[in-house]
Amino acid sequence: MAQQIQWGRDFDAALESAGDKLVLLDFSAAPM
Amino acid sequence: MYPDPRVVDFVTRHFKPVRVHVKENAADFKRLGERFTAQWTPTTLIVDRTGTERHRIEGFLPAQDFLSQLELGVAKAAFARKDYASAERLYREVLERYPETDAAPEAQYWTGVSKYRATNDAAALKATSEAFRQRYQDSTWAKKASVWG
Repeated sequence: MAQQIQWGRDFDAALESAGDKLVLLDFSAAPM
Repeated sequence: MYPDPRVVDFVTRHFKPVRVHVKENAADFKRLGERFTAQWTPTTLIVDRTGTERHRIEGFLPAQDFLSQLELGVAKAAFARKDYASAERLYREVLERYPETDAAPEAQYWTGVSKYRATNDAAALKATSEAFRQRYQDSTWAKKASVWG
């Protein structure tokens, strides 16, 4: 099991490669 | 953020996660914020492969509530692609796993609608209305279901 979420940064690439998955798009101001 | 292992596991299994940060990814934050009308952080959207938003979570939620909303969003996406049998199962899972969350009455409502769509049997709606007389009587969803009998 992954220890943390592996966030991507490229929404369009995620959409293209999503396959059977959905895209979770998080707008954040939390410390990086 | 979202260090809860259940959240990490669910997100990893069901989503391609993308984070745009207000400062670190300012251009994408502005572009996608305008596209999806995201005006606050955190705002978390569930988007299907067509680029259509299927669910929105605005503001922070504790892990259990956040998970329930994620699962609700997955169910909504199934409903949107007219996979009503899957939608019914997924909504029912939200109801069973997170009965104390705000997602539960909404899931109860849409479980009935999904079953109705799958079977074209209005008894599913009547049964849902009756279920709301047993639980979540004070929810908005109970009011919406009241018209079914």
